[in-house]
Amino acid sequence: MTEPEVIVVGAGPAGLSAATELARAGRRVLVLEREAEAGGIPRHCGHSPYGLREFRRLMGGPAYAARLRAEALAAGAMIRTATTVTALLPGGKVEVTGDAGPETLAAPVVLLATGVRETSRAARLIGGDKPGGVLNTAALQGLVYLNRQIPFRRPVILGTELVAFSALLTCRHAGIRPVAMVEPGSRLTAWSAARWLPRLLGVPLHLRTGIATIKGRARVEAVTLATPSGEVEVETDGVIVTGGFRPESALLLASHLAVDPHGGGPVIDAWGRLSDPAYFAAGNILRGVETAGWCWAEGRRTARAILVALEGRLPAPGGARLVLAHPALRLAVPQVLAPAPAAAHDRLQIRLSRATKGRLRLVQAGRTLSEARIDTLPERRVFLRLPAALSDADLRLEIEEDA
Amino acid sequence: MSDPLSPSSYDVAVIGAGVVGCALARAFTLAGARVVVLEKAADVLDGASKGNSAILHTGFDAPKGSLELACIREGYALYHDIRERLGLPLVRAGAMVLAWSEEEVAGLPALMAQAEANGITDLEALTGVGVRALEPALSEGVRGGFRVPGEHLIDPWSAAHGYLAQALANGTVLMRQAEVLAGRHSAGHWHLATTAGAVTADLVINAAGLWGDEVDRRVIGESWFTIKPRKGQFVVYDKTAAALAGHILLPVPTKITKGIVVCRTAFGNLLVGPTAEEQDGREHATVERETLQALMRRGCEILPALADHEVTAVYAGLRPATEEKHYRIRDDLAPGYICVGGIRSTGLSAALGIAAHVVRLAGRDGTLADPIWPEMPNLSVDGERDWQRPGHGGIVCHCELVTRREIEAALTGPMAAGSLAGLKRRTRVTMGRCQGFYCSAELARITEGRLTQPMLGHD
Repeated sequence: MTEPEVIVVGAGPAGLSAATELARAGRRVLVLEREAEAGGIPRHCGHSPYGLREFRRLMGGPAYAARLRAEALAAGAMIRTATTVTALLPGGKVEVTGDAGPETLAAPVVLLATGVRETSRAARLIGGDKPGGVLNTAALQGLVYLNRQIPFRRPVILGTELVAFSALLTCRHAGIRPVAMVEPGSRLTAWSAARWLPRLLGVPLHLRTGIATIKGRARVEAVTLATPSGEVEVETDGVIVTGGFRPESALLLASHLAVDPHGGGPVIDAWGRLSDPAYFAAGNILRGVETAGWCWAEGRRTARAILVALEGRLPAPGGARLVLAHPALRLAVPQVLAPAPAAAHDRLQIRLSRATKGRLRLVQAGRTLSEARIDTLPERRVFLRLPAALSDADLRLEIEEDA
Repeated sequence: MSDPLSPSSYDVAVIGAGVVGCALARAFTLAGARVVVLEKAADVLDGASKGNSAILHTGFDAPKGSLELACIREGYALYHDIRERLGLPLVRAGAMVLAWSEEEVAGLPALMAQAEANGITDLEALTGVGVRALEPALSEGVRGGFRVPGEHLIDPWSAAHGYLAQALANGTVLMRQAEVLAGRHSAGHWHLATTAGAVTADLVINAAGLWGDEVDRRVIGESWFTIKPRKGQFVVYDKTAAALAGHILLPVPTKITKGIVVCRTAFGNLLVGPTAEEQDGREHATVERETLQALMRRGCEILPALADHEVTAVYAGLRPATEEKHYRIRDDLAPGYICVGGIRSTGLSAALGIAAHVVRLAGRDGTLADPIWPEMPNLSVDGERDWQRPGHGGIVCHCELVTRREIEAALTGPMAAGSLAGLKRRTRVTMGRCQGFYCSAELARITEGRLTQPMLGHD
């Protein structure tokens, strides 16, 4: 391949859909994927409903990942797997390493689509021993669906985000019978019909219950649950630590690029452009977890913004900075806003850290530019339409909570 | 002398493959002895040596005139002598002892005088302003301190692995899952019964760390000390936090503890710890949420910007402390028997010095001609990593950039990893930010059927 016009870092749904869109428009695209196979998380998610939005048919994760790969390749994108980006340098240069050793690649535009990961047991400060058999959902699914290996028989599942129910289905697929599903909060986090799954599968669900300690030397032997009525020890041979998604932003954090202290992803403008205009980002690196279909659509929209950028027609970087002016606001993207024709983002994507009822407002210089009524729980989708006219003065995102 | 016709007959049997046992095996091997190392676990460094603060100490604060001080000083010098040939890292950080109150400031001159008496003469006294000029991320509350330029960061495991690797390359035999059950001395030889069979040796060295008193009892019938494990918990921050501290930041010690240290690690993270908690059990070193949170609060008091950084890992280690503070090394308990006990917290720095001391105690003055010097893979920020060289087979652990070639190397040879924990110590797999989210499945595939203690422990 002659010099690429766009380098895409990460071959999940967002990266592959962007690559497809860019290649279809006749641009030379190089996708860099550190795993041996492109496709991202859906590769090892054997069951969830994929593909409805993108391909108008119901697909399993691996088939969906294969379809994304095939589309990108058919469009003319080049995919290099087993190639790890080790550094992002100013102006669209990236350092990579693979079996051939280190090299530096460059393109006028680099799109970051490195996705998300779940919060580890360590980062949650769960106490006790450190035996084998404590896994995130993704690790469990890799073992079950990619390797056909079974790490435990009767684990405890921690968390009730949508992914926890995905873990439950993975368990069922592998003949694993969880002994319990526990949620520290007072309500389930997931919103979908999946919440009926534990009952259907005969797995006891305990709210207001966390894992205090894990016991076992080589393997998990028991966990101590912190329940409203005190600590209870439960025999188990594994723990599935689910959710708590955070952007996979290791490259970003080590780079010159601006990082959003709230969400942990990149600071972007409405075109998905970063503080160094040679860089764009799309997909779950922006905000934590969304569905594959969502990321796919976001990748496509961001690709369209990149096409405009490659023609030199994108407005100069800049705009109003977004300030989160209420403690319940966990994150909001984009963080830099300007009147943006043909933008990749036409609304703010917002997440809250606690259940909140009230009015959400976008305020500039004392004037409310956009507002919406909210009655929502943590990790649920919250949107706010972006106004057509804006100055460069700071934008405050506020919530007036119901009394 | 050992019987050359009997494969299980040795000059020296070292009980315990912690950092001290590994250094002893190397020292006796290089002194020309036939050595066997008996380790009860599936892998080496599975006891006290698995969790330490990875600092190469000068001995500036060790008790004056003590054996511990002598061993640290000699160990420190020997590490510098051999590290390049064994491929062992050294991150030259330097330490600062920091005073946070006027009372602590008043105590600094005595600490400096002790350091100078211990032979560390390149100290530098600092005012509060001087401290913050060198470490601008420190809290404004710091009142003063002094620099100890010679305190450095090393890999907490590669040193011990390197010592043992050199011993093995030059003839030492490593027996794992070989717990010593009993000993009998007759006709100038020790006959040890182990879970992996009988072993005969002329000299037995007890370097069993957390089980030192128990091994004494099993081999010579009684112990002259009691192990009182002292736990230390640590919090490891993300690599983004490493820029907050150049030096190893030490508090003014109290009579009980050296206190909580904040320092970078050789791998580019930032470490806060350890605690000092006495406990009875030797098997479990648990972490506790409240204690970890207290460590994090202390870390943020020292470096306020630490509050913006994420925790990557938490761990706990056990120090093999005894009822007395000093090292418990004796060669007069039984013929052909040396007990090396109570190496509670300076073992990593002192191991080579302890080994040299014990070789002298044993009256061993031979020299192995042309010893082999195996080179350990570098995992630290001090030097080139494997991913920077071609032919590495691709990255498996993305957070720590661990290559397939590194993992394969750690799974082969006489010191092949026996457990996932051992593989982690040798390569750093799963020890980064994601803690195994991305690479656990690939690792389970690579290690299937190759670890004594399998990653997926059933079936």
